[in-house]
Formats: sequence, structure tokens, C-alpha cells
Amino acid sequence: MQKNTSILSDKKKRSIAEKTAEYIFTGCGLLAVLAVISITAYMLISGTPALFKVGILEILFGNVWKPTGDPASFGILYVILTSIVGTFLAILIGVPIGVLTAVFLAETAPERLAKIVRPAVELLAGIPSVIYGLLGLLLLNPLMYQLELKIFAGSETHQFTGGANLISAVLVLALMILPTVINISESALRAVPKHLKSASLALGATHIQTIFKVILPAAKSGIMTAVVLGCGRAIGEAMAITLVSGSSVNFPLPFNSVRFLTTAIVAEMSYSQGLHREVLFTIGLVLFVFIMLINTALTRLFQRGGMEDDE
Amino acid sequence: MKAKRVWALAMAGMMALGLAACGSSNTQTSTTAASDSTTTAAAADSSAEDTSAAASDTEAAKDLSGSITMAGSTSMEKFANALAEAFMEQYPDVTVQAEFTGSSAGVEAVLNGQSDIGNSSRNLKEEEKAKGAVENIVAIDGIAVVTDAANSVSDLTKQQLTDIYAGNINNWKDIGGKDQPIVVVGREAGSGTRGAFEEILKLEDQCKYANELDSTGAVMAKVASTPGAIGYVSLDVIDDSVKVLTLDGVEPSEENIKSGSYFLSRPFVMATKGEISEQNELVQALFDYVYSTEGSELVESVGLITVE
Repeated sequence: MQKNTSILSDKKKRSIAEKTAEYIFTGCGLLAVLAVISITAYMLISGTPALFKVGILEILFGNVWKPTGDPASFGILYVILTSIVGTFLAILIGVPIGVLTAVFLAETAPERLAKIVRPAVELLAGIPSVIYGLLGLLLLNPLMYQLELKIFAGSETHQFTGGANLISAVLVLALMILPTVINISESALRAVPKHLKSASLALGATHIQTIFKVILPAAKSGIMTAVVLGCGRAIGEAMAITLVSGSSVNFPLPFNSVRFLTTAIVAEMSYSQGLHREVLFTIGLVLFVFIMLINTALTRLFQRGGMEDDE
Repeated sequence: MKAKRVWALAMAGMMALGLAACGSSNTQTSTTAASDSTTTAAAADSSAEDTSAAASDTEAAKDLSGSITMAGSTSMEKFANALAEAFMEQYPDVTVQAEFTGSSAGVEAVLNGQSDIGNSSRNLKEEEKAKGAVENIVAIDGIAVVTDAANSVSDLTKQQLTDIYAGNINNWKDIGGKDQPIVVVGREAGSGTRGAFEEILKLEDQCKYANELDSTGAVMAKVASTPGAIGYVSLDVIDDSVKVLTLDGVEPSEENIKSGSYFLSRPFVMATKGEISEQNELVQALFDYVYSTEGSELVESVGLITVE
């Protein structure tokens, strides 16, 4: 009568299978933790010595980057500022466009149009960052150079960069964070309970009023997540912006050639040696700390926002 | 839930970093890995010789064994590593160790007897020669100055070039060209080409670059696509996409560089204490190799100009 062929029916075998599966799951979970711990340890070990050899203040607040000079100077203040300003501007441009696209997809888009836009967004997410960089190099930089020539015509003090500047990098970054922002915001908008929308419409609010007064506020925490992830992508991006930003260490003004934390590492790693290389690892550590700070700060922010909603 | 999200974000960030770090450690170890593989190949070769007496007879010329140490110029790293690798392939029982500490440190090391050969990417100074160092030029490194193809300027003096890179001249009209701003393109700190360029113009770490690119190819592409750009690249990569300038009226040709009339070039010197003939047979074999046809091919393969 009893079927003994399945291991699941055998009590002893079943418990072994259950246990093994649990161990495998735990193992997989721990792998991630192990990776985090080892990367953190590695960054600290390789990044901190130079901090003390050169001096923390000199590295973080010095504005002269002459790693091969005699005496060498390792100030990365401008590099840090560039990363902050660049990421902030990219968010400023990318997030409104992304969120409005998400509203379009989730609320107002006719089905046939949405069927074109959604795959396009997904494709955008799949394009390798170096392609974004190449496009920026071939299309954006010449346009920027035309603009630069017009704006700074006759200027004696401006250093012409041929269009490789902060704006180019910011535009490329803004484009790159779009898919992240759109996808996550759209899910958040779709997760808003339908009765909220119905209630708002029943009270006589128009569709647009409902979107801005009811749906978007209700999806706030999801949209914040989108911003956080967009931030993470923007500050960690290297390949695309190394091609368009000019990569000279300068104060982050719109038409200056600038160097980001990521591109600072990429640009000089290949031939660097000794203390220079150690400082590049320190830049990695700074970037690492930045990403941690941004993530925790913004997550805290939206956690608080979420709690207010619950009350 | 939310705590987990923090982890997820943190991880995403760190993966990006991890990738960057991986890339770097690869380059760091690539040279050792390369020489490792050569030694393994060498070991395999020698064991093959053991088993077959006939083979070892025919390769009698290769029974040198021991080790050679080199120290010196970082600009010569590519050349020195290629040489060490090729030489060790030829003589499986010889180990060539190369350290890259800087030209002056290399010459000092050879004078102190700490290393057999001192690599220097400049001519030896009089006081170094006085202490017994002998200048053996093994190759010449040439740098070309390029602009976009449409530029009307075709010649620069040393002073003009220096002024452009120092930021004193920033429009082509000041040096007889169109009214067009100069976009100064260069390489990243640590690059051998940049080191040589700045050293020859005496502009060490004073150049005002608008673009610091991390490869020769990137410099070529940027200069070719940007009206008014100027850049410097190794001689061997020049093509029609850019315009090559003459300097002080001299073309950057191989003959001009060998004769010394083109100033943007420097010798790669492998200094020894005393003449080559006074060195041990290992070092002599190495120099024989450098000056052989294979050696010349090696020199050309790393983008340098042969001496002969």
C-alpha cells in the first residue's frame, strides 16, 4: 500500500534531505557575508597604510594631486568633491525623469505604447557601461566642445577641454541610472493598493491629482529605494565616465575636466607603484566608505519616512 | 526586511569596488606570472634535456646557469621584462631578476655591486661615468607630438612646446595657427611616455593637462576627434588620423632620432660597472642577445628604436 519509492515518504531520509537543503541555503547565505567581510578587511588593510604614511588630512583635504612629483603630493579633495557633485547632479537629472517615466508606465501609458517603452528601458539597463562611454565620447563631447567654444569665446583663463567635462559625465551618469530608477519606481507605484486610487477618484480628484497627491506619496519608500540604488550606481560607475570626463584633477565646475574617485583608481593603477599605488587603494577605501555612508544614511531616511506612513 | 536591504545595497557597492581592485592586482602580478610560466617552461625543458642526451649535446650553447640582476628605470619596465623573459627562454637555467627603482637608483646599485646591470632611461651623468659606470645604449625611445589632422601648424620649437604644456600658450594663433584654443592632451601620472616627455621638456609634474588619458590609443582617438587638440604618443602608433608635428624643424623619423637631432627622444641605457667584456659570461651573453637580430626584434616589439 505504502509507496516507499519517494525519499520524502521515508521519515529518516526526509529529515536528511531537509537538513542538507538547510545547510546548503545557510552556506549560500554565509558566502555573501564572507564576501562582504573579506572585501571590507581587504580594503582596510590595503587602504589604511597610505593614510598614515601621507597623513589623513593631507590626503582627504589636500587639493594637489601630483603622485609622481618630487616631493609627491596626494591630495584628493577635488576628486572627492567631483564624485559628490557628479552623483548629486546625476540624481537631480535622472530621478525626476525616471520617476515620471515610471508614472507613465504604471498609470497613463496606453498599453501599446507601454509595450514599446518597457522593453526599451530594460534594454537600456542591459547596455554595458563602456558603450555609454563611447556614445558620450563620440556624440556628447563634440557637442559640449561647440558649447564650450561659444561660452568661453575669447577667455584667457579657461582651459579648453574639448568637451570632456563634468556636464558630459553627469549626463552619461543620469542616463545610466534611468533604468534602475524607472524599474524600481514602477514596481513601487504598482504596489500601491488599488483602493487608494479608487477612493481618490471617487472623491472627485482627477487622474493627475490622484497620481501626485495619492499614488506617489504612497509609493514614497519604494521611490527612495530607487534613488539609493541610483546613487550607488552613479558613484560606483567608472568605465563610462572615464571616457568622457577628461580625467584631469580639477575643481568640479561644469566645464572643467574632472576626475572621479572611480576613475582616479582606474586611470593610474596600471603603472603606479609604491606609495602611489597604496594611495590608489586608499581612494578605493574612501569610495567604499562613501557608498556605505550614502546607503545607510538614505536607508535610515526612508525607514523613518516609512514609519511615519504607518502611524 | 530593511536591514537586509542595507546588506544588499552594501554588497552591490562592494562588488563594483571588488572588480576595480581585481583589475589592479592582475596587472600587479602579471609580470611575475609571466616569468613564472617561463621558469616552468624552462624547468620542463631542462628535464627533457636530462632524459635525452642527444638533445643536451645540440644545446651545448645553452649550458649557462646562474642569475643576473637588473635594477633601475621604471620606464624600461616593459622592455626589461620582455628581455628577461626572452633571455630566460633561450637559457633555461639562467634567472634574470629585474627591479624597477628609478634610473639613478639603478646606476647606484650597479656601482655598489648590488646588481649586475643598472637600467637608466637617460644618458649617464659625468660623475656616474667617473665612478666606473659604462653607458651601453640598448634602445632609443622616441615620442611624437600630434595634433588633429586639420591643424595648420606643422612645426613647434622646444620653447613653444614647453609653453603649451605649461599652460603659457593656450591658443594656436599665438604660434602661427588659426584662432582656436589648444586642448592639451596627455597621459596619466606614472606613464613612461609622460615621464619621458616631461623629463625632456623639464616640466616634471608641471604640465597643465585638460585631458589625462590612460592609454596611447585613447590619446590618439581624442586628438584625432578634437579640433585644436595636441597630444604626445610613442612613435610606433602614429597613423593618418592625426598630424605629426616636426620639432625645431626636425621630423620624428628613425634616422633623426638615431642621429640625435630630434630632441623628443631618450636612450635606454643598461649600465655596467666596467666594460661589457669585463663582466661575467652571463651578463656578456645577455648583451650578446640584446645586440643580436632577435634582440633587435625584441626592441622593436616593445615600440622602441634599435641602436644599430
